[in-house]
Amino acid sequence: MKIMVLLRKYIKPISESIISVVIGVIVGSIIILLAGYSPLVFYEALFSGSFKHTRAFLDTLSYMIPLTMTALSFAVAARASVFNIGAEGQMYMGALVANIVGTFLRLPRILHPFVAVIAAFLAGGFWGWLAGILKTKRKVNEVVSTIMLNWIAFYIVNYVSTYHIFDPKAPYKTAYVLESSRFPPLVKGTSFTADFIVAISVAIVVFFLVWKTSLGYEIRAVGLNPTAAEYGGVNPERIASIAMFIAGGCGGLAGAFLVLGRFGFITTTLTNVLNWGFDGIAVSLVGRNHPLGIIISSFFFAILNSGALEVQVATSKGGQIGVPYELVLAVMGIIVIAVSVPGLLDLIRARLRRVKEVEKVAMA
Amino acid sequence: MPWLKILSFLLYPTFYAGMLRLMVPIVLGALGEIISERSGVVNIGLEGIILLGALFSTYVGHKTVNLWFAIGAGLFVGLLIGLLHALIAVYLAGDQIIDGVGLNMFALGIGEVVLYLTWGSFATSPQLPREARVPSMGGFSPFVILTIGLALLSWFLLEKTRWGLRLKAAGENPVAAEAAGIDVYKVRVIATIIGSVFTALAGIFLALDWLGGYTKNVSAGRGFIALALVVFSRWNPIVALGGGLIFGFCYAFSLSIPSGIIADQVLYSVPYVATLLISMGFLAKARPPAAVGRPYKRV
Repeated sequence: MKIMVLLRKYIKPISESIISVVIGVIVGSIIILLAGYSPLVFYEALFSGSFKHTRAFLDTLSYMIPLTMTALSFAVAARASVFNIGAEGQMYMGALVANIVGTFLRLPRILHPFVAVIAAFLAGGFWGWLAGILKTKRKVNEVVSTIMLNWIAFYIVNYVSTYHIFDPKAPYKTAYVLESSRFPPLVKGTSFTADFIVAISVAIVVFFLVWKTSLGYEIRAVGLNPTAAEYGGVNPERIASIAMFIAGGCGGLAGAFLVLGRFGFITTTLTNVLNWGFDGIAVSLVGRNHPLGIIISSFFFAILNSGALEVQVATSKGGQIGVPYELVLAVMGIIVIAVSVPGLLDLIRARLRRVKEVEKVAMA
Repeated sequence: MPWLKILSFLLYPTFYAGMLRLMVPIVLGALGEIISERSGVVNIGLEGIILLGALFSTYVGHKTVNLWFAIGAGLFVGLLIGLLHALIAVYLAGDQIIDGVGLNMFALGIGEVVLYLTWGSFATSPQLPREARVPSMGGFSPFVILTIGLALLSWFLLEKTRWGLRLKAAGENPVAAEAAGIDVYKVRVIATIIGSVFTALAGIFLALDWLGGYTKNVSAGRGFIALALVVFSRWNPIVALGGGLIFGFCYAFSLSIPSGIIADQVLYSVPYVATLLISMGFLAKARPPAAVGRPYKRV
């Protein structure tokens, strides 16, 4: 009996997410057709990019690391009713700080990455907290402030990496961080690095924090109804700032994991860490702003991301790449737009019912 | 007196032309958003509308080599997006913020796809032929006059006409408005579409006037700066015009300082820092339309 209730509770949001994704895939197909390519070739390449051999699959899993973190950044803030689209900037700050700690601090092997990760969490957290405090103290809309903070973070990292921590041998990027600070690959020769375990653990910790602790209870209470929460003795402003700090921290971790795991450096124009923050919004929305949902949906978006490169090759003609990678971003946008419609399922069901009724009348 | 020498750019008309050029897109976006928000619909997809407006006016400009077709294409895209956002925000009672975020992502992605598939570049389209570009009037853009005119017109429509009163009623108290016989759905749909078309003008300006083509992420946060300007202006089109001028001045000032004195990155970040600071200083007292962002459902 209890299982049935639980199932009912989860089936609806899950099927709504699936419908959103299907709408994204359909509109994506139309765009591909308009561009003069076959959607079948496109989607086959997209998925074969992740499943053709073990290495590709592990690479896909590694894409989950930054996606999960930036999605958590969005989700934690969203639970406190703050619309954080600043995971991108929080990630830049985390990447920068992790890069500095990883390059200039000398620490033993196991300790080093964790110190760098904590420093990145604090840096990203500070960046998120800024938007939180601007919202609560000065009533600056977080949509505006987080976007401005994204650009400011971009130029800070661009400045520091161009003038201070660049690699003298390759000035377009920073020097590699020390080997002692890197997360080693779990399987040799892949980008499936040890931070995957840390990232999934963080998601689970966030789950417990938001659903099983009193702080989490207060965060969700503020998100559902700030006035009621205030009557219950919760300070909504304080809670919103704390939520933004945790959210920003998660965003910072995304940057740290990219630097200490996959890459070992950042380019001065940030090209190797760009856009994960925005992708995280889609991941979180499809995962219904829930850490466990996010783990699942980040797997799906990891397939999209790693397959997108495969698609460029599969649709290529005469040495030129075919459908560019960014089409996936457009598909994600469509998915997000579809998610914005509440009760998508109810709408479709109502429409089906009406069709059935019309059929019945027609039959009679 | 090196500083006096450096500041001598203030004496040249090119500085003021640059200031007005920087003002135009954010004011156009802000005007559109003011009209939309006063009817009760938030659209944070300004960034995406600017991108798509710029993209498709460039595309049609290249294909037809005709300025009017190019402008028409940009406006049509604005109209379509406005219609979609209105459908989701008004009739489906969807989440207006999420829809806007989705639109921005979509625009960024599709911009790159069209850019590459049409012109084989990931960065920029080729320059538009002269026939498809807005002619300059003695170094100044006709869009400056258009922007000032639209600001005055928007203010007049909102504050001095029956139509404006109805629009504001829908944004302040849709239930009461509906009881008074106003079709809230219709008002909101029209306002959203007008807002989106105004914002598309900003994209058209960037593509056909300023840059003469489409460049990757050409909006560069202007849509969000426009959003901040809306709050700064307290939803008043004329104040938005003034705010846009101040903003344009600061931005042009930072761009006019010769390189080497201050790092480029510091200068580039000026508009974003300024937007934050201005928001902090002024927003605390501003009050948005009471029902803004909230879907209204007829019983």
